[in-house]
Amino acid sequence: MSRIERQRNIIDFTLSSLLRRKRKTIALILVYVLIVFTLGSVLLFTQAMKKEASLILAGAPEMVVQRMTAGRQSLFPVGYIDKIRAIKGVGAARGRLWGYYFDPRTRSNFTFLVPKVFEAKPSEIVVGRGIARSLDTSEDDLLYFRAFDGTRTALRIRGVFDHRSELVASDLILIGERDFRRLFGVPEGYSTDAVLEVKNSKELGIIAFKITQVLPDTRPIRRDLILGTYEAVFNWRGGMALVVLSGAVLAFVILAWDKATGLSAEERREIGILKAIGWDTSDVLLMKFWESAAISITSFFAGILLAYAHVFLASAPLFAAVLKGWSVLYPKFRPAPFIDFYDVAVLFFITVVPYAAATLVPSWRAATLDPDEVMR
Amino acid sequence: MRKSDVFFIWVGMNLVLAGAALTHSHTTKSPVLEAIRQQALLVKELGLTDLCLSTEASYTRFPAVADLHAPFQDHPVCLEHFPSGSFISPPPALQGG
Repeated sequence: MSRIERQRNIIDFTLSSLLRRKRKTIALILVYVLIVFTLGSVLLFTQAMKKEASLILAGAPEMVVQRMTAGRQSLFPVGYIDKIRAIKGVGAARGRLWGYYFDPRTRSNFTFLVPKVFEAKPSEIVVGRGIARSLDTSEDDLLYFRAFDGTRTALRIRGVFDHRSELVASDLILIGERDFRRLFGVPEGYSTDAVLEVKNSKELGIIAFKITQVLPDTRPIRRDLILGTYEAVFNWRGGMALVVLSGAVLAFVILAWDKATGLSAEERREIGILKAIGWDTSDVLLMKFWESAAISITSFFAGILLAYAHVFLASAPLFAAVLKGWSVLYPKFRPAPFIDFYDVAVLFFITVVPYAAATLVPSWRAATLDPDEVMR
Repeated sequence: MRKSDVFFIWVGMNLVLAGAALTHSHTTKSPVLEAIRQQALLVKELGLTDLCLSTEASYTRFPAVADLHAPFQDHPVCLEHFPSGSFISPPPALQGG
């Protein structure tokens, strides 16, 4: 009998054995698929978001400088910007005007921002698609906002952001400087914070240090820290992902442990009979290897393919619910299908290897015993 | 047909489906990359610092430039209560003491 034929005979027998225990096998596969699906979804979603964030935020300001008063961010005096410009190595620096506006109609926060160049007329705004959607408005409509002094301010929608920009601009409202100051009561000579460019990006650290020396009440935030924040947010080994992971892995470990601590009486009897009719220990182990391979391959592929469909075809509705929280302005976006094979390999090893070990170890123990002893 | 044949066909089908998923990821990437490029331009032009992922709390809307004590800003013993706060962890500078 050729070696291939031997393997095929053992596979035939293994599959028949699995089909005899149909209910148990299906239940096991369902649990296994669910675990791979959950972990795979977290992994694919976080990986894609991390990659997307790093590409999109590559153009973020090299450094943002905030003024802190009593531990809180406060208005940034324009005079500070001149002091920052005077630091050697600093290129362009400008004040940035932006702020949050709580809209009671939609019970959500909008982000008002004054762009460097704004070509619209006074009292005109450009709004994000999420705002247009939640307020059911479009171009040329008037939107009313309550200014800092309680007066009603009408602003006309000059344009709506393209739907492809939702991931950065869903809740954004671009507004002219005068309208912004009128709405929020920010006095002339102050901005929300400052952004700056440096001549040599290697000097970012030393420039940040110099800024804190010259202006001790400020807090510089470098671009690498901004990008680092998103690395941390979407690190699938940390935060909530870890909670999801630990729960699922713990359940799987319990399942594997349950299997590893002993075979069922039926499985032991089966091994005993096989040994009695002349199977070697290696044949029994081969059978258990194929059993484990059939279950693992089926579950792993089903789980990871379902996770792929969940994240990249259905826009990850399970995570959307968590990210959305109580906000109504959740952007409509579909994560870009960036796949890291290293992470997929890690997922394979943390799900398949424990299961394989859990099936092989007790079988090896039973297969090395005398058939008479196993069946007794 | 032998059960082992069915098994190998099943494994083959899984590999084909995995290949289809990989092909899908490659073919759909270019329009998405174009959208990413446009968003990156917008970020550069407007000087934005964060992705608009969650708008319920200022510190989960702008985690990169949030106050240092963001989740406790309402009062000193105010516990983090926004659902998105459980997903968006603090910046690395605040982690590990």
